[in-house]
Amino acid sequence: MSILVIAEPNGVNVDRGTLSAISAAHKISNEVDILILEDSEEVIKKAQNIKGVTKVISASGDLDGGLAENIAPLISECAKNYSHVLSSAGTFGKNIMPRVSALNDSQQISDICEIIDGETFVRPIYAGNALATVKSKDKIKFITVRTTAFEVAQNEGGDAKVVSGPVAETNGKSSFINRDLSESDRPELTAAKIIVSGGRGIGSADNFSILDSLADKLGAAVGASRAAVDAGYVPNDYQVGQTGKVVAPELYIAVGISGAIQHLAGMKDSKTIVAINKDEDAPIFQIADYGLVGDLFDVIPELSDKIK
Amino acid sequence: MKILVPVKRVIDYNVKIRVNSEGSAVETNNVKMSMNPFDEIAVEEAVRLKEAGKAEEIIITSIGDKGSQETIRTAFAMGGDRGIHILNESNTEPLAVAKILKYIVDKEGVDLVILGKQAIDDDSNQTGQMLAALLNWPQGTFASKLEVSSDELQITREIDGGLETLKMNLPCVVSTDLRLNEPRYASLPNIMKAKKKQIIEMPVTDTGVDVTLRLETLKVEEPAVRSGGRKVADVDELINVLKEEVGII
Repeated sequence: MSILVIAEPNGVNVDRGTLSAISAAHKISNEVDILILEDSEEVIKKAQNIKGVTKVISASGDLDGGLAENIAPLISECAKNYSHVLSSAGTFGKNIMPRVSALNDSQQISDICEIIDGETFVRPIYAGNALATVKSKDKIKFITVRTTAFEVAQNEGGDAKVVSGPVAETNGKSSFINRDLSESDRPELTAAKIIVSGGRGIGSADNFSILDSLADKLGAAVGASRAAVDAGYVPNDYQVGQTGKVVAPELYIAVGISGAIQHLAGMKDSKTIVAINKDEDAPIFQIADYGLVGDLFDVIPELSDKIK
Repeated sequence: MKILVPVKRVIDYNVKIRVNSEGSAVETNNVKMSMNPFDEIAVEEAVRLKEAGKAEEIIITSIGDKGSQETIRTAFAMGGDRGIHILNESNTEPLAVAKILKYIVDKEGVDLVILGKQAIDDDSNQTGQMLAALLNWPQGTFASKLEVSSDELQITREIDGGLETLKMNLPCVVSTDLRLNEPRYASLPNIMKAKKKQIIEMPVTDTGVDVTLRLETLKVEEPAVRSGGRKVADVDELINVLKEEVGII
């Protein structure tokens, strides 16, 4: 068995999600190759250094914007040499992988959180309220990986050789216009050691800044519940939960978040959870390691002040 | 323009689900069912396109048991025009669903498929992308904004770091994310009218698609429950535990 991992292109490196997918791949086989979908010597050099990667396949052609229509046929062509094709279950992998899987007449397995053997995988269903163990009978298995469930592969000590891969052709039916990425000096939600998240209890978009000084003191990322996103307090890329990002930091501080099932699905694997809420019966307290009942508008400034 | 909106009947999102006693599936007997929330957004978007004079007809389809017709009627009450119910008593996997939808698209001459990005039961997030692959159409997944002209579509997509804008030709497949719109509540007169709209029922075998499951479900279980800890009295105690017990600050 040999495995192909699709690296999510980001222009700078092999991202943490892809590194998690690589360590998931190692649980199936020692033969792991990585496909790089961007024209960057720097990224290719970094990919060569990843421990346990045999080959770095460097694709070329029309990779602009990572259009599924251009890239899926390319991955599909590469896939024929492998038993498994993996990517992280971020929006890139979620967009591309099913298209590749269908081109190969294979039933994809989404968002796996455990590997039993090369054919058998565990995946969350119903927003993580149940876990299904499924066995795939398809010849090539296309899989996206829940990255918080797997360690990050070491990005040094490797010595992979580089081979040139297939060329992406312009499909002529779709084109990339632009990308509008939220700019922030803070760490990314999925990579942060500490996350401070706000819910509907924050009350307004303006009030959300109350979390900023605390986050800055802690070097934390700022997240939000779906309720806060729906209410328009923050953009959707802040969202932690089943329909947003799944995170598992060392410390998760939930502020004014009641603890809807869909939010818990996105953060319950955090190492330590702290909940701050004025409603002492809020469901979030049932899963928090430490709960503080109080008005967040008193508690958060005090906390920010007292943390050195 | 003819729009196809596939809708899935799932356990209502407010229901706390329960694994059956055999540990083989989630219990669906005597449980409230409703339309997958992302599919409601898809129906709403199609209806808005029709109201804006950009679409002539909205076909609603659902694959599943008899109960799926109720979900099609819900979509009728929001503004769907006619329905196709593909009868399959057992579970249908995303790849097979995509193949069935391709059959309908080819048969009906559809220009645009709008569907939910994922169903809240199996959380696969695959069908739209697979359908686009099988049709060799462009795909606009996780849409938060659509601008449709006669032969082209500009779509803003929710991606991990923010937003992305793509342009694509029609025909194409669009999958909906949460912020695309807020679905309407059906009015009583529209619910009454929905009862008169036509649903064609077709056994899945008539589509010629092999729906044999590719994934064998060995077991379904509830995840380990995270137990709660304790309450702290004030900010000082919280800082103290974060220092002494958690060791993070």
